[in-house]
Amino acid sequence: MRALCYNGRNDLRVERVPDPEIVNPQDIILRVIMSSVCGSDLHLLNGYVPTMQEGDIIGHEFIGEVVEIGPDVKKLRRGDRVVVGSIIGCGECSYCQSQSWSLCDNSNPNAYMVEPLYGYSPAGIFGYSHAFGGYAGSHAEYIRVPFADRGCFLIPEGVKDESAVFCSDAFPTGFMGADMADIRPGDTVAVWGCGAVGQMAIRSAYLLGAERVIAMDRHKHLLEQAKNNSNAEVLSIDEIDIQEALKEMTGGRGPDRCIDAVGMEAVSSSPQYYYDKAKQWVRLENDRPIVLREAIKACRKGGTISIIGVYGGFVDSIPMGAAMNKGLTFKMGQMHAQKYIPRLLDYVANGQVDTSDLLTYKMPLEEGQRGYDYFNSKSNNTTRVVFTP
Amino acid sequence: MARTANLAQAGVLDIAPVDPIPSGSSKINVGQNERWLSVGAGLLVANIGIRRGGIGGVLLTALGATLALRGASGYCPINDALGRDTSDDKTETNVLEISKSVTINKPREEVYQFWRKLENLPQFMRHLEDVKQTDERRSHWVARLDSENIAAKALPKVEWDADIVEEEENSRLVWRSVPGATIDNSGEVRFVDAPGNRGTEVHATIKYRPPQGIVGEAVLKLLNPAFKQMVKEDIRRFKRLMETGEIPTNEGPSGRKPETINPALRQPIQNTQTTPQQDTPQSQTKPSITDESIVL
Ligand SMILES: NC(=O)c1ccc[n+]([C@@H]2O[C@H](COP(=O)([O-])OP(=O)(O)OC[C@H]3O[C@@H](n4cnc5c(N)ncnc54)[C@H](O)[C@@H]3O)[C@@H](O)[C@H]2O)c1
Ligand SMILES: [Zn+2]
Ligand SMILES: [Zn+2]
Repeated sequence: MRALCYNGRNDLRVERVPDPEIVNPQDIILRVIMSSVCGSDLHLLNGYVPTMQEGDIIGHEFIGEVVEIGPDVKKLRRGDRVVVGSIIGCGECSYCQSQSWSLCDNSNPNAYMVEPLYGYSPAGIFGYSHAFGGYAGSHAEYIRVPFADRGCFLIPEGVKDESAVFCSDAFPTGFMGADMADIRPGDTVAVWGCGAVGQMAIRSAYLLGAERVIAMDRHKHLLEQAKNNSNAEVLSIDEIDIQEALKEMTGGRGPDRCIDAVGMEAVSSSPQYYYDKAKQWVRLENDRPIVLREAIKACRKGGTISIIGVYGGFVDSIPMGAAMNKGLTFKMGQMHAQKYIPRLLDYVANGQVDTSDLLTYKMPLEEGQRGYDYFNSKSNNTTRVVFTP
Repeated sequence: MARTANLAQAGVLDIAPVDPIPSGSSKINVGQNERWLSVGAGLLVANIGIRRGGIGGVLLTALGATLALRGASGYCPINDALGRDTSDDKTETNVLEISKSVTINKPREEVYQFWRKLENLPQFMRHLEDVKQTDERRSHWVARLDSENIAAKALPKVEWDADIVEEEENSRLVWRSVPGATIDNSGEVRFVDAPGNRGTEVHATIKYRPPQGIVGEAVLKLLNPAFKQMVKEDIRRFKRLMETGEIPTNEGPSGRKPETINPALRQPIQNTQTTPQQDTPQSQTKPSITDESIVL
């Protein structure tokens, strides 16, 4: 089959690779209908996540048609159109059973690679480095899906592919960001980042009862989208003093809930940014926690910081004193796809939420490199590029 | 002071009181010169045996292999049987300890009974090829040492007998290899209810006494630390098999090459190293050590 393979930093090529096969009894093989880019892929392509190897197929946000079924798969039939959570959960370990699917004990075959750094290994993820399982990703004609009964969800009739694909990753992640923020009636929620994940966090915050959502980014088209489609008040980080603005817009209290939908590759024009960038360059620091620092400072006393932007390794100069003395609550994690997807498909099916506007370009795999270039630079008004293998 | 991870020896874990009996090749009873002579003669005889072929060839090969093993490991079963010790000073090698605990989200009886049926062990212990319970207490074990290590090449298959020396239904198993194993070993597995309905804690401690001599040195390299990790991975696979009924894997033709990051832990890499194309004439002349000569 054809697949979009990593060949080094920002070097993607379409290659002919062997077709996947059923390996374990709970596997299925899916013909990929759509497979989206995601901000997490940028961390791989920009070289911030170690244990990538030449030839790795990337991609983890996808929908497809079931074409082959392992002997122990019970709920799926050939021909089913399904959306697949980007994180793999076994459904049987204590974490999966308490709905913490991204903490699955069993789905990462390479758990030993992360344990020296993390102590314990999180779940495996499709197409997301060898440390996170070494699974082949979805930017390919076919993909093997382990624990398929757990990870695949039937797309309700009437829900378009263009909407369903984002129920794999961007929507559950944004939704979990809002869910973890513990939003109460009357709350003002601040969201850093207006990529697809940030946009879904904004829409989810309203679903969960937020009074106001203030969203931040540097790209005009994303701010427009956040304002027009997600109903947020928006701030351009390059033009406005965020700390002052958030304080004044909230009557001097500060936002009640702060969501980091940016993660380790945050940018800014401050000297601190160049300091972090330089440190990252010489590998003294893996991640640039610019948004995290900003959120800790901006958050009201006793508020919640909810982190869905991904961090991989070490950060420094975290204002722990501010966090401690202001009594902040931190919640974070990779998203628990299987916990949220059924509920999110309902929202989409009954028209409460539309996700299809996140899709800016549809491209064949052959245009993979161009798609990622658009997405990385957010040029040509890109929110998300989706491949149709 | 150096910090130890040998938790049983350090008394942190109250487990595995039984040490492997030093026997077989973990004891040296062949002197240095005699050993090098044995290796050389052994390889020569084995070589001739292979080239000659037929029944005579097989016998010669077996004889050569035995000599080579005796030379390489410093252990001679015949010397042992005669009570003869030609080594310069007697040594017993140190015990290598590996401990691993996991919590399995299944009832204790189920977890114990699966393990107690020793035939099940190769399902999750990657280096084991076969285990057969021969009577109530005794079992026969066959392991593969497929790796690029020279010891593994000389000893592609290792077999030994083990006895269960203590058993408490649904809570505890202690075993020890019967004297004469290539790698003397012993161990204990304990099954405890995890607090608050969290399933079963499995605490496993395995002890090895690697053989002496040049094979021993190579085996030691093989045993540490990649081997330690491999044994720990076995226990992790046990949890995965018990909980999910399968062992999650990224193997299979799914477009990804197997990892090259830590080859010692990865089956696929080891498999690709033993594919037929590597089976050059040169490797065919290596003594193929028969089972008899290993199980001394
Ligand atoms: N937790 C999870 O399970 C999960 C799942 C998917 C994605 N993610 C993570 O979520 C994050 C966002 O993903 P995405 O797909 O929306 O990525 P994206 O690249 O589309 O969006 C990130 C946005 O953040 C903006 N940004 C950068 N610096 C900023 C700053 N200082 N202040 C405000 N905005 C800033 C960028 O301009 C960009 O538009 C990534 O870190 C990604 O890895 C996490
Ligand atoms: Zn993602
Ligand atoms: Zn699990």
